[in-house]
Amino acid sequence: MSTSDGSLKNASGPYFGQYGGRWMPESLMAAMDELTRTFEDAKNDPDFIAEVRELNKNYSGRPSLLTEAKRFGEQFCGGARIFLKREDLNHTGSHKINNVLGQALLAKRMGKTRIIAETGAGQHGVASATAAALMGMECVVYMGAEDTRRQALNVARMELLGATVIPVTVGSQTLKDAINEALRDWVANVDSTHYLLGTAAGGHPFPALVRYFHQVIGDEAREQILEQAGRLPDAVTACVGGGSNAIGIFHGFLDDAGVEIYGFEAGGDGVDTERTAATITLGRPGVLHGAKSYLMQDEDGQTVESHSISAGLDYPGVGPEHAYLADIGRVHYEAITDTEAMDAFRALCRTEGILPAIESAHALAGTIKVAGRKIAAGAKPQDVVIVVSLSGRGDKDVHTAAEWFGLLDDAQDQAADAQEGK
Amino acid sequence: MSRITSAQKIAAAKAEGRPALIAYLPAGFPDAATTIEAAVAVAENGVDIIEIGIPYSDPVMDGEVIQQATTAALADGFKVNQIFEIIQGITSRCDAAVMVMTYWNPVLRMGVDEFSRRFAEAGGAGLITPDLVPDEAGEWLEASAKYDLERVFLVAPSSSAQRVEMTVAASSGFVYCVSVMGVTGARSEVSSAAQGVVAAAHAAGAEYACVGLGVSKREHVEEIGAYADGVIVGTALVAALRDGGVPAVGALAAELSGSARA
Repeated sequence: MSTSDGSLKNASGPYFGQYGGRWMPESLMAAMDELTRTFEDAKNDPDFIAEVRELNKNYSGRPSLLTEAKRFGEQFCGGARIFLKREDLNHTGSHKINNVLGQALLAKRMGKTRIIAETGAGQHGVASATAAALMGMECVVYMGAEDTRRQALNVARMELLGATVIPVTVGSQTLKDAINEALRDWVANVDSTHYLLGTAAGGHPFPALVRYFHQVIGDEAREQILEQAGRLPDAVTACVGGGSNAIGIFHGFLDDAGVEIYGFEAGGDGVDTERTAATITLGRPGVLHGAKSYLMQDEDGQTVESHSISAGLDYPGVGPEHAYLADIGRVHYEAITDTEAMDAFRALCRTEGILPAIESAHALAGTIKVAGRKIAAGAKPQDVVIVVSLSGRGDKDVHTAAEWFGLLDDAQDQAADAQEGK
Repeated sequence: MSRITSAQKIAAAKAEGRPALIAYLPAGFPDAATTIEAAVAVAENGVDIIEIGIPYSDPVMDGEVIQQATTAALADGFKVNQIFEIIQGITSRCDAAVMVMTYWNPVLRMGVDEFSRRFAEAGGAGLITPDLVPDEAGEWLEASAKYDLERVFLVAPSSSAQRVEMTVAASSGFVYCVSVMGVTGARSEVSSAAQGVVAAAHAAGAEYACVGLGVSKREHVEEIGAYADGVIVGTALVAALRDGGVPAVGALAAELSGSARA
């Protein structure tokens, strides 16, 4: 929610307009209060800030690059200038590391020795296991049983890093059920355990806290685009599942009125089908996992299963700050279909030699549309400058992409399936 | 219609020198008609207050047994609308106070006012809200006052004195004291934390404080009854219903309430 000076930056929660809050059991209130106090205290502690910076620089590899995608811009964006914020180059291969390092430090500060996390495809689980290994903490990752089968290699990665992966066999056995199970664990073990939530959703202070650790994306990108393009961009784009990379890069530009901001949700088969994850486009306000926000739900308030080719965007909720930014019109949210995302995925591979995460390919597909609209409206292509959050690398998605584009013959397909434990 | 409240039932039990017995049953498990029969059966076997749970897709405070029951109810097509017929069906056949325990999103989706109005019309006494804290309950405070419904919020072993005070002040009927840091499920022993939670609730001014989570046996009822105003049993009854149907749930209620009253 905007501060008294009209700035949209640094919104502290618990509320973002009507969204956010703490819609969760009383048993967890003490832990949420403790986390809020610890976070507020840490934010003002020069030693903590220095420790986060040190890890970002010498462990994650920040600042991440800003790369102009010239051939992609020429061939797919009508000649517009497209700049990629390269979160794919971070240690563990995505923006997720920013948040897990910060939260693991907070956990240590609270004297907690164990972290738990949820994961869909495994990216946040791998990042959490990484942070736990680095800081010598116990790590337990909850993952839908169906996802543990689809992502057997990521399960092995987490186990190699010393984490325990618990397949969740209740409910729909997907990401939302993994979050439910992590919450149940947290209620029972809250004295020793920090719940390292992976996205900018959940009860207060998680949305503001997760954003805080990802703000570095937008801060760096703003500085880098001013240096490389000599001005602010016309637009900033990102993919939105729960919305953590998006809120991180958006934050750098929220107060720049001339910069349009776009969040691209996973449209799945299309927003006119039942197989979609376009929460803001289709959802209505509700409460899930601790926050009030847009939610994919049926007429009874039961959560509806989401669908997307991108496991990282396959979530029926969205962070509450996004819901607010959508309502006030500061950020435009649109849906991108699986097909559009995969076309953009291949386009970037072939023009830039960069294999994006399928999540990030949604942002690329949206960028192609935004550039096209600007040029159609009369802008000179070379004057259109867009910054895209390339939130992660696509190595994890090679099998999905190879299947999508029919690159595997039957024997390879079976071998790959066998390797992934299908 | 004059509705029977949980406070009235707890007061009546107290006058008899015993704690009130509160039974949880999930709506629509295995079907709506059986929910009513099971509720009537427990009421006939010494249960004072019945809580009917609304099946929900994301029940973060429930353990396996209740999750499986509510997931089955949803898979069989349970709709929130049915809750009113179920409440009506129970209140018309017994003199137990009938509450609903519900995660908040289904109520929010229908509209807090509409849900409250229809629930009151069906003869319901009030709502127990496991994932709604008073901090977020503005609409519910308003609707419950308008339709004269009891508001049962939870306090936990982790609750600060300040939060216990705030929660007790916002509650009516009774305060639900969570006995243990965890989810629903039968446990062999009831946590010693329960007594402290009840003491804190009473000290903060709660007229009635009832204990739930982990209670499954008559000896638990007696033990907790020594310091609490009521004892809440859920998982054990749901397991009995699952395994032995209405007769089994009635028999367990008789055992929990003490054979003298069966």
